[in-house]
Amino acid sequence: MEIVILLIPIALILTGLAFWAFFWSVNSGQFDDLDSPAHSILYDDDEDMIPDDAKVDKKDTKQNHD
Amino acid sequence: MESVETFVSTPEETQCYHCGSDIPPGSSFYTRINNEDKRMCCPGCQAVAQTIVAGGLDSFYRHRGNDLSPTTTDLIELESLTKELALYDSREIQQDFVQNLDTDQPSATLVIEGISCAACVWLLENHISKQPGVVKFSVNLTNHRAQLSWQSKEVKLSTLLAEIIRIGYKAHPYHPDKEEQLLAKESKRSIIRLGVAGIGSMQAMMFAAAIYAAEIAGTGMDEKYVLLMRWASMVVSTPVILYASWPFLKNAIRDIKARHLTMDIPVSIAIWGGYFASIWATVFNTGEIYFESVTMFAFFLLIGRFMEMKARQRTGRAGNALLNLIPASALRINDQGEEELVSATSLQPGDRIRIKPGQTIPADGVIVRGFSSIDESALTGEYMPLSKKVDDKVVGGTINIENPIELEVTEVGEKSRISSIVRLLERAQSEKPYVARVADHVARYFVGATLIVATCVYTAWYFIDPSKAFWVTLAVLVVTCPCALSLATPTALTAATGTLRQRGLLITRGHVLESFSKATHIIFDKTGTLTEGRLAIQETFPLNGTSPADALMWGAALEALSEHPIGRAFIPWYCFSADSIENSVGKGIQGEIDGIRFRIGTPSYVMELSGQDIPEMPDQQRQWILLGNERSPLAWFALDDQIRRETRQAIRELKALGLSIEILTGDTSPAVQRIAEKLDIDVINSGMSPEQKLARIEALQAEGKQTIMVGDGINDIPVLVGAQTSVSMGAATDLAKTNADAVLTNNNLQTLAESIRMARKTRTIIKENLGLSLTYNVIALPAAAMGLVPPYIAAIGMTASSLVVTGNAMRLTRKPRELKTSLVEAPKKPANINAGT
Repeated sequence: MEIVILLIPIALILTGLAFWAFFWSVNSGQFDDLDSPAHSILYDDDEDMIPDDAKVDKKDTKQNHD
Repeated sequence: MESVETFVSTPEETQCYHCGSDIPPGSSFYTRINNEDKRMCCPGCQAVAQTIVAGGLDSFYRHRGNDLSPTTTDLIELESLTKELALYDSREIQQDFVQNLDTDQPSATLVIEGISCAACVWLLENHISKQPGVVKFSVNLTNHRAQLSWQSKEVKLSTLLAEIIRIGYKAHPYHPDKEEQLLAKESKRSIIRLGVAGIGSMQAMMFAAAIYAAEIAGTGMDEKYVLLMRWASMVVSTPVILYASWPFLKNAIRDIKARHLTMDIPVSIAIWGGYFASIWATVFNTGEIYFESVTMFAFFLLIGRFMEMKARQRTGRAGNALLNLIPASALRINDQGEEELVSATSLQPGDRIRIKPGQTIPADGVIVRGFSSIDESALTGEYMPLSKKVDDKVVGGTINIENPIELEVTEVGEKSRISSIVRLLERAQSEKPYVARVADHVARYFVGATLIVATCVYTAWYFIDPSKAFWVTLAVLVVTCPCALSLATPTALTAATGTLRQRGLLITRGHVLESFSKATHIIFDKTGTLTEGRLAIQETFPLNGTSPADALMWGAALEALSEHPIGRAFIPWYCFSADSIENSVGKGIQGEIDGIRFRIGTPSYVMELSGQDIPEMPDQQRQWILLGNERSPLAWFALDDQIRRETRQAIRELKALGLSIEILTGDTSPAVQRIAEKLDIDVINSGMSPEQKLARIEALQAEGKQTIMVGDGINDIPVLVGAQTSVSMGAATDLAKTNADAVLTNNNLQTLAESIRMARKTRTIIKENLGLSLTYNVIALPAAAMGLVPPYIAAIGMTASSLVVTGNAMRLTRKPRELKTSLVEAPKKPANINAGT
């Protein structure tokens, strides 16, 4: 059980670190816009990174689908 | 009456693919999107859609889901707008809002109007970032602000602003005012409070779990470990109480000073009482600690408040919306008779200024030269411009439509008419009636009862066993701690608010749902609320064998350059412009098509051309304008502000809910009477000034009626603020939206009826919740008073009752059973008036 005497202060220090990290992230503006980042991941901004042959495939399937 | 209705459109596509407006019959605008031709309502939407597709950004339409883009009528004026935008390139004006003006890479904050969803942000960011010379462009979805930095040598600011307009949005430079900065700070602080409460309460719970576990297992822990854990939980809960829960205490003190018992008072007693008792217990190593209970409690409550605040921010409040209304610059005529560009704030009474057609008037003044028609819709809500000549007064913030005019400035800044509306607004705000809340009502009795019981318990135990008296009393206070009670209302409100937001009503003030459920009167503004707020061609009545399609096309050709609302009504039929167009203010327009002179406008003006007698007007009720050429009259067009499609059904549903309905409008025309008849509304107050509107609402409220006001224009703002509950249309001016208690984001009045049903249901659920939590307290209290409740049981009981209450509130997020169909099912008409066959 003696280990608790060490663990609890460590837990308190980690909590302190968590507080600090949280303050820092709020003050650096990471919480200013809570809505758009959740959506932006869904947008295919990577279209120009898709290899050309893969792109053709995509279009073909689409046309077939139509 | 014999009349020829205009063409029938294909049934499946009656709405614009871009903005969702109804497509006027007979118009044909298409854009090819994703290999399909999509119908558009007007050249504006068409141009926007084409810009989007040409930029390779057509996936915007896939991303945006069901949200629609803003309507784009302004695009028609892009050319004249570009000239006005060029003013933003001048140094004098830029120094107000541009940072790093002297470097190559200045930056500015813009307010963007028209953002409705995350896809808009994506579109804006992608389109603008692709422009040459743009260094960085990022848009914040929550507050609709954009950060732009660009290379001043490569691109002009006005070009970028025009690009934003070209994809269908509007951008204004943004200068934060003081209030705005305070709000931003406050919102950051509340996130920090929530985080602190979250982290701290989880830690406190962890230590408490260890202590409880040992207690339940009965093995016991060494005294020194228990002591260590108690001190540790005191350390982690201290910031939660002293920092995160501070607002509760502040409000409680304010309410006590105002001799007004609210929920904040028992909440504060529970939090601070529990905290200090636990400190006492820790320091003197006696009795029980309640750190985890009070911190969890604070955390739950802070979540509720945070949700409420976030909902309020979503109104898309464009800061200093009023400044946007008045242009930043003006053309002053100096002593030498030369024009000079100055910022509007530097104008003085006595200055002479020139206002070109399409420009906003920068200050109140008197016309000294020229005549024109002025669009005062921003002020009065009426879309028909008024003719003004020399010596007539004009008001800052209104728009000059037809001809250049010169003004002598009479009032600027504080004294101008718009500012006086703001003052009226401030007065109304301070006199806003207090809406009694159920929870506060209950709280009042509850606080009293708890305090009395606690005193009794302490006295009783003092005689039985003085050493236990304090701890039993504390257990009573914690057990009765109004956790479930104070969650009863906010959880139900949060659930209902969230559900309504998805259905198209955004609630921004806490009392809305309660006032909705009690409402007896609902009062509508006419223009823009019951009606669309713009002129549309309702009927074409051809003469002398003209085909209606030709008549509409010729009309559109003549009105092509007109900024008058009548001209805009013809936009859907635009194919080409007439030559040598001449505009006679207040009369009409003349132009040449294929070498023949045509006129459109008042009957006498049109018939002057052919010298024949004026043909008989099809009816007297509506506003008719005539089209004719050198030989004969060709067609009558009926112009009207159309009633919104869903208004009739909405009014019927509201009546079925037992509400009295009134119209309150500044309009004096017979149109008011006609609309009231069509919608079956009995009480009409027409020709009212903003002051009279406010007085009417106040009179109703003085009689004890519970009112909801629905409006959209700046002239409605004082009355929106003065009404117990105010709702603005989603298409309303930003200032109206900011000052309303709720915003109908989908512009559909039927949502209003649904919201009232929802509000009534919420009220029932709140009552159930209050009943449940009081039952829990009634059972737990005697047990605690007898000293039978150890803290962990108290904590479990508290959590359980809170969960029950929250679960009950979650029922509000479920889809309602189809109430609509059972309540009022209108006899379904096969089609609306226009799409007749």
